[in-house]
Amino acid sequence: MNAPHTNTPAAAPSSDVRSEEMLLNMGPQHPSTHGVFRVVIRTDGEIVLDSESHVGYLHRCFEKHCESVSFLQSVLYTDRLDYLTSMGNNLAFSMAVERLYPDLKIPERAEHIRVICAELNRIASHLLAIGTYGMDIGAITPFLYCFRDREKILSIFESICGQRLNYNYVRPGGVAYDIDDSMIAAIKDFCGYFRPKAQEYDDLLSNNDIFVRRTANVGVLPKDLAISYGVTGPSLRGSGLKRDLRRDAPYSIYDRFKFDIPVGTGEKGTLGDCYDRYMVRVREMIESLKIVEQAVAQIPDGPFKSEQLKGKLRPPKGESFVRVENSRGELGFYVISDGKDVAARVKCRAPSFHNISLLSDISKGCMIADMVAIIGSLDIVMGEVDR
Amino acid sequence: MTTPYTLVDWVLGDGAGWLARFIGAILVWAVPITGFVSFVGLLSIWLERKISAHIQCRLGPMEVGPHGALQTVADGVKLLAKEDIIPADADRILFAFAPMLAFAGTIVGFAVVPFGPGLIVADLDIGLFYLAAVGSLEAIGVIAAGWASNNKWSLFGSVRAATQVVSYEIPMGLAFVTIAALAGTLSMVGIVEQQQGWIANWFLFRNPFTWVAFIIYYIAALAECKRAPFDLPEAESELVSGFHTEYSGMRFAIFFLAEYAQMYVVSAVAAVLFLGGWYTGIAPLDAAIGGGTAGMVVGAGVIVTKSFLLVCVQMWLRWTLPRIRLDQMMYLCLKVLMPFGMLTLVGSTVWEHFLPSPAIVKDGGGWTGNTVMTGVVVAAIGTVALVAYVRSVIRATPSLRAASNS
Repeated sequence: MNAPHTNTPAAAPSSDVRSEEMLLNMGPQHPSTHGVFRVVIRTDGEIVLDSESHVGYLHRCFEKHCESVSFLQSVLYTDRLDYLTSMGNNLAFSMAVERLYPDLKIPERAEHIRVICAELNRIASHLLAIGTYGMDIGAITPFLYCFRDREKILSIFESICGQRLNYNYVRPGGVAYDIDDSMIAAIKDFCGYFRPKAQEYDDLLSNNDIFVRRTANVGVLPKDLAISYGVTGPSLRGSGLKRDLRRDAPYSIYDRFKFDIPVGTGEKGTLGDCYDRYMVRVREMIESLKIVEQAVAQIPDGPFKSEQLKGKLRPPKGESFVRVENSRGELGFYVISDGKDVAARVKCRAPSFHNISLLSDISKGCMIADMVAIIGSLDIVMGEVDR
Repeated sequence: MTTPYTLVDWVLGDGAGWLARFIGAILVWAVPITGFVSFVGLLSIWLERKISAHIQCRLGPMEVGPHGALQTVADGVKLLAKEDIIPADADRILFAFAPMLAFAGTIVGFAVVPFGPGLIVADLDIGLFYLAAVGSLEAIGVIAAGWASNNKWSLFGSVRAATQVVSYEIPMGLAFVTIAALAGTLSMVGIVEQQQGWIANWFLFRNPFTWVAFIIYYIAALAECKRAPFDLPEAESELVSGFHTEYSGMRFAIFFLAEYAQMYVVSAVAAVLFLGGWYTGIAPLDAAIGGGTAGMVVGAGVIVTKSFLLVCVQMWLRWTLPRIRLDQMMYLCLKVLMPFGMLTLVGSTVWEHFLPSPAIVKDGGGWTGNTVMTGVVVAAIGTVALVAYVRSVIRATPSLRAASNS
């Protein structure tokens, strides 16, 4: 008997009914492709036989822009890559520029602020990811619960840097503005507020039987396939591989904090299914919260930006590559400087692009509703896929 | 069966000829029913907005009228003023006809839905059968809409609607038959009158199987209304808007209105079949109210209240649950609800054969015979609910979960 929650629909019984395959254009304007992403699906009824992804609708020449504007101005463009994790993008690009300077020391306070902001941003990003994922599955209420809490983080960011999105806050040498005690108090408040709230998502969504049946055993991404496609971030960890740059190749001051790396366990279905990827995000929020709490507790006084970098940045000749663990995976920036005030070349390794590339491999034989669930569980941001 | 005393008789007096009765029926019923449907639509849409808002930590509409009560009217005006768009490649005639068919399919259901004692358009002897028959007419409109739109997403929506109809109709019919076998009549008024007296006389409490029948009916009714978790034909996140993707303006509004009217119809039918119709469930109170005009007014209030409570439950479910998948919907309807529906039918009739409740008599008795049975059922359901609650608490609390696993 075919259990209802397995991912393999029963093979169509041979009959006299003539059926035809149909090409279905999903996107670029579709509610569940999370942006202007287009998938051409070859369907047999509701069953997806094959799919082909098309990207590029949002291409904005980020890398070329960086060759024509100054380094500080380039930070602004990184905001628009993965616009849900702007702090992480800023951090990665700033670190790449900083690495071009041989003996640059970033003040301790700046490092702490960077970590706090990046982790708060990770929580905000995961909140949006699981909220919209609920919406993909058809539950609208969790989305608004997530936005309720995300708004609190955005308000903190607004008080820190004046922006609720596209912060342009972490810059080469430190951060743009210092944070004061009221902001630290707001962050501490949020930590106390969020921990019990995180339980609500589990009550409302994670433990919901319909949700489990819609996501468990769907879109199974085996570990080897994930590795061969260069998948990173929660989507990789959902397949059971404990790989997190914050732990494996610590940057900034991540080596000082205690936190766990949640991985998929196949608790409701198969290892690497949509449910595992979703649960990794839910659990990572709590781990990020732990980091924020530790960072806030030990934040030192001192300057918030390096005195060594002043005026227009003209990094010495050389090249640098920096990768950070962003909310969606490894974000890498490769920067070549020829000593001028603009970069000679910038290359961005965006996690969403690699994560979505395997869509057609894991969506064969699923139903159209599963297609939506799979795209949602990979959690892509098109601003980053197309750059 | 003698011709029942209806509102038309009440207005015209007993001696009216057939033509006067026909015109009277139009004036007395068709016009007010259409008005009532519109009112139900407006009220339900407002209720849905407020209920969803309060479930989601929002306020909902607050600007137009007190607590946004007139927001739906404003939206209706907006929809009326919108450009009427028919896609170039659509089947123009069918495209325009589909919303009417859907709306008509819903509104004819009101013909056998009682609003109170005597307040029924037509107390057909085959009322329940008629309802089951016209209940799927709306789906025809939906299927036509999806087909006429000439849009692949709409087509998916309409095919899903067709799939859904053939899935939910069978368990729903089995729930109907269970009640019809108990009541011995298909007349809606007749079914209500069987439930006179104390609350224990309601068919819901008649025997343990009717509880199951009620749940089966309600789940099937959710599917009939295309409400979450069965909103597959319009599945916003999957099929854009499913069958009404191409519809805008007033045609869309009519689909919308039909959906909300349908919600009322299925809830009112649940109230009639299981929840005692227009009876309050307190025998002396009903006796004190008596018949006549007072009975009509109070009865109408009771049945409309019961119906709207069930409508609110539909909304509550919609804003809590995710959507199930098409194959899961078919599995649920055909492999879970249908066997249980058959079990219900057989179990209920066998129960009535060996343990006939003395409660069914209309002469006011009844509390004694059903008390034991009702107590058992309530205790059983209470136990199940308690166990489910404790389980959910354990599952939701990590420390308890760890303890229970080890």
